Amino acid sequence: MTELDLDAHLAQAATDITAAKDLAALKDLDGALLGKKSAITAAKRTLGGLEPDQRRALGLRLNEVRDELTGLLEERRRHLEVGERAAQLENERLDLTELDRGRRLGHRHVITQTWERLEDLFVGMGYTVSEGPEIEDEWHNFGALNFPPDHPARDMYDTLYVNYGDPQSTLLRTHTSPVQVRVMEDQEPPIYSIMPGRVFRSDTADATHMPVFHQIEALVIDRGITFGDLAGTLEAFTTAYFGEGFTSRLRPSYFPFTEPSAEFDIRRPDGSWLELGGCGMVHPNVLTAAGLDPEEWSGFAFGFGLDRLALMRHGIDDLRELFRNDHRFLSQF
Amino acid sequence: MKVLLSWLREFAPLEGAPEDIADQLSALGLAVEEMTAVGEGFDGLVVARVLDLRPHPDADRIQLVDVDAGDGQALQICCGAFNMSVGDLVPLATLGTVMPNGMEIARRKMRGEWSNGMLCASEEIGLGDDSEGIMLLDAALEPGTPLSEALEIVSDVLYDLEVNPNRPDAMSVAGVARDLAAVQQVPFSLCRPTVQESGDLAPGRVSVEIIDHDLCGRFALRVLDGITVEPSPRWLANRLTALGMRPINNVVDASNYVMLELGQPSHTYDLARLDGAGFTVRRAVDGEEITTLDGVERTLESSDGVVTDAQNVVIGIAGVMGGASTEIDETTTTVALEMAWWDPISISATARRLGLRSEASARFERGADPEVAELAMQRFVELLAPSGVTMAPGLIDERGNLPAVDPVTVRVARVNALLGTEVSQEAMSALLTSLEFANTVDGDNLQVIVPSFRPDTTTETDIAEEVARLYGYANIAKTVPLSTLTGGLTSRQKDRRLVRNTMLGLGIDEAMPVPFLAPGDLAAAGLSATGVMVANPLVAEESVMRASLRPGLLKTLAYNASHRLTGLQIFEVGHVYDQPAQSQPLPDENEHLGVALAGADAGEAVAVWSALADALALGQYELVADQPAGLHATRTARIEVSGTPVGFVGEIDPTVLTAYEVPQRVGWLEVNLDVLLALPHGVKMFAAFSRYPTSDVDLAFEVDESVPAAAVAAALREAAGSLLVDLALFDVFRSEAMAEGKRSLAYTLRFQADDRTLTDGEIAETRQRCIDAVQGALPAVLRS
Repeated sequence: MTELDLDAHLAQAATDITAAKDLAALKDLDGALLGKKSAITAAKRTLGGLEPDQRRALGLRLNEVRDELTGLLEERRRHLEVGERAAQLENERLDLTELDRGRRLGHRHVITQTWERLEDLFVGMGYTVSEGPEIEDEWHNFGALNFPPDHPARDMYDTLYVNYGDPQSTLLRTHTSPVQVRVMEDQEPPIYSIMPGRVFRSDTADATHMPVFHQIEALVIDRGITFGDLAGTLEAFTTAYFGEGFTSRLRPSYFPFTEPSAEFDIRRPDGSWLELGGCGMVHPNVLTAAGLDPEEWSGFAFGFGLDRLALMRHGIDDLRELFRNDHRFLSQF
Repeated sequence: MKVLLSWLREFAPLEGAPEDIADQLSALGLAVEEMTAVGEGFDGLVVARVLDLRPHPDADRIQLVDVDAGDGQALQICCGAFNMSVGDLVPLATLGTVMPNGMEIARRKMRGEWSNGMLCASEEIGLGDDSEGIMLLDAALEPGTPLSEALEIVSDVLYDLEVNPNRPDAMSVAGVARDLAAVQQVPFSLCRPTVQESGDLAPGRVSVEIIDHDLCGRFALRVLDGITVEPSPRWLANRLTALGMRPINNVVDASNYVMLELGQPSHTYDLARLDGAGFTVRRAVDGEEITTLDGVERTLESSDGVVTDAQNVVIGIAGVMGGASTEIDETTTTVALEMAWWDPISISATARRLGLRSEASARFERGADPEVAELAMQRFVELLAPSGVTMAPGLIDERGNLPAVDPVTVRVARVNALLGTEVSQEAMSALLTSLEFANTVDGDNLQVIVPSFRPDTTTETDIAEEVARLYGYANIAKTVPLSTLTGGLTSRQKDRRLVRNTMLGLGIDEAMPVPFLAPGDLAAAGLSATGVMVANPLVAEESVMRASLRPGLLKTLAYNASHRLTGLQIFEVGHVYDQPAQSQPLPDENEHLGVALAGADAGEAVAVWSALADALALGQYELVADQPAGLHATRTARIEVSGTPVGFVGEIDPTVLTAYEVPQRVGWLEVNLDVLLALPHGVKMFAAFSRYPTSDVDLAFEVDESVPAAAVAAALREAAGSLLVDLALFDVFRSEAMAEGKRSLAYTLRFQADDRTLTDGEIAETRQRCIDAVQGALPAVLRS
């Protein structure tokens, strides 16, 4: 092959490389131009038979052509690769808005949300969480809480009884307070505990009443606990739960199991009041019934409705909605 | 309890604006439910005399009325009422009057006739509840007199108070005034009427014997002569009306007035109608009868207290309601006035049993003041004196058993320790004195005599509440006790949250059905019907306590399906109740997790279970085919964890779905969390894994449908032994190419040794052992 032939070969090869349509065609071309059967390789084989001068000149030229071809091939390969990757991406195009209908989490019931929020708050204040049976005996629901038999104070609760044991011996607990008694029976003071739970009353369902609802109460028994401690704890709770600007007040009231007793109200930042629950110092008779010496231990308790907090937090205006389980309700929260 | 500010001020010179007094009442524990201005809005209302009545020429439902509004002229009014006659006196709203409802009276034409004002019904001007007829006024009034002057209406403030059961004293105007006077530190004094006795000695005319001393603590009697039954003076009737009682006649009204004012109920007997004036107080005999004042014949029981006449005939139910036979009427001239103290629990039981709760029984139930009777009687006579009533000399005063009033030793330091206050002994003594708790200093203590009107106050702690009330709850410094304990949730409570979070993470919504069921709900769900029943349900739909979460969740699915909301995935964590197998203090009560997947099959329910098992880090569990009632007979398994049954997974029986009107297949999981969470779970120990290469082998078997996949897996595990580090069922398929009753189960087995690279020979040998084991032990064939 003469140098002239080589120039023509190079020109033709450059044209072919530019014309290669895809990587596969380029690979074939690579083989044809630089492989064992290529014209370059064949020309290299003829070098041995040439004069040294010619051999060197042609050898140098052959190397130049080979490097040039290699460069052209590489350039073309890069070009084709970019194109093919782009084509691949184009082929894989997706409309993600079409796919936005996949997994979802379940929705926690608003009562559970409120319940757990309150638990977390009191746990942060150093309290434990206590529980008890929903079907209770008369002693824990009333007797141990200083409701004498036939006392008119029992009329404050519309009690539902169940067919178990002696008539009116077993009931659906009317408040979470029996858990107080169980905690005092089972644990040595000091006690700092809250008792969230489900309670029952003989009530017709309406926007503000349900025969089943939820309460939470707190019990603290320690040495030297005062009424001021009760007021201060409620104030701390109020700010922690409702937020800055909310305060609390106590008003005298009556519950058989506390003395002194009080209602506690929450004052909203706009100055309006919300009656939240009942509270007081644990009555000495209750301490005694639970086996604690009122001269050694004192304590306070407070309780309020949990459902109402859920209603307020989420702007729900009908208590029945919480228990109707309409999916259009459940899936909102 | 309602009270008028003017009435309160008869007992103490109370200071402050009505709003401030309302705040003081609330701070004293007498919560003000409502405060209203009364006796206002009468400007423009005058007394008018009807001069003429004639039909409206062009309307049937109104007539034309000429009235004299005081100037002697005839003023034409169009009126829609027809209850008045010529000569009647009626209230006229003159032109320009603004009515309580905001309407301004103007001169206007009605069907072509001028109306120059409006005649008023009592309801329209807040003086009664009659909205139909025009109010007819006392004939002695002068036309033109302003109505407020004619009716002696004074502007006043009415408080509606919530009175707690421990405050019987606050069921009276005087009692409320006493509290206010104490907090305002102004003098309080009860009325001290001075009534002269006259006429024949009472003790010779009536006698009293108390037989049951527990029932009746005191029975005081006075004889009153010169009774003329007539309407009460206007001011008295107005006060009764304001406090919610209807004026009847002067004798009944005086009784009610004294009760409202001093808290002492009373009863009057017409002496002339009494068959022998010997009163006896005893318990009724079972079956004894009486016709009460309301005309109802009532049958008594031996727990009821009664008053009888000298013939031992019942003439009244003690403290609840008198009898018709001795009722006063227009002919009455002499009465026996009874003021008694009755046992609260007896009165409460009788009133409740007979459904007869009156203002009187409400006061006796809470504990009336046993010492106010004499004063109350004087007040009664004082009110009636203008009508000529006289009081016969001599008080008949029999006593039974009254609650003991022992002095209470109050440790000043103890009260302060309980309240978190530093009230001095002197200050505490003064606070108590202002509430009429007589007290004397005794060293560091106070000896306190509780007044007779505060029967609920018996202990040092009760006294502490009185100190706090008067000191002011708002004035007690707020402190926060520091818990020396570590707060936190128990592991059980954390597990419950984990269970909920797992369900929520799986996209399942939390529902909260009520735990009440209707009769038949349990049976319709295939559950035993011997659940816990509510003894006194309000409605049958709430008479059975659930023994499973199944009925509630199925009702939820049905409710939503009826609103075209299908495909719900819901769960509940809640208590279920049942009669226990053996004797125990309370019924069985367990916490369950229930999951209902509408439109999903058993496979999805199993997936929920396995996710829960993973989340709780349970050890091995087994799904054992089972057929509990109410669940799908061929698609249900009992879940056993460490050999203990914890619940069922599968689908709801189609028959149950039909009964509950659930239109879709329902995947189901119900687990007893009390049982499950008592089993070992939670923290797992680390197991080291091999560093040598793994080899995967795929094996597919054609397996008889009767063989559970779990059995194939068990055979593979046993045959491969410790070399098998992972086993996955990657494909299940059925086709007509396979024999009837067969399906293909394809597994990937991953082999690995702890201490070496497995040779091809070892792998081939293990593979063959697995094949042989499955084919040998089960009706299964390797697919090529």
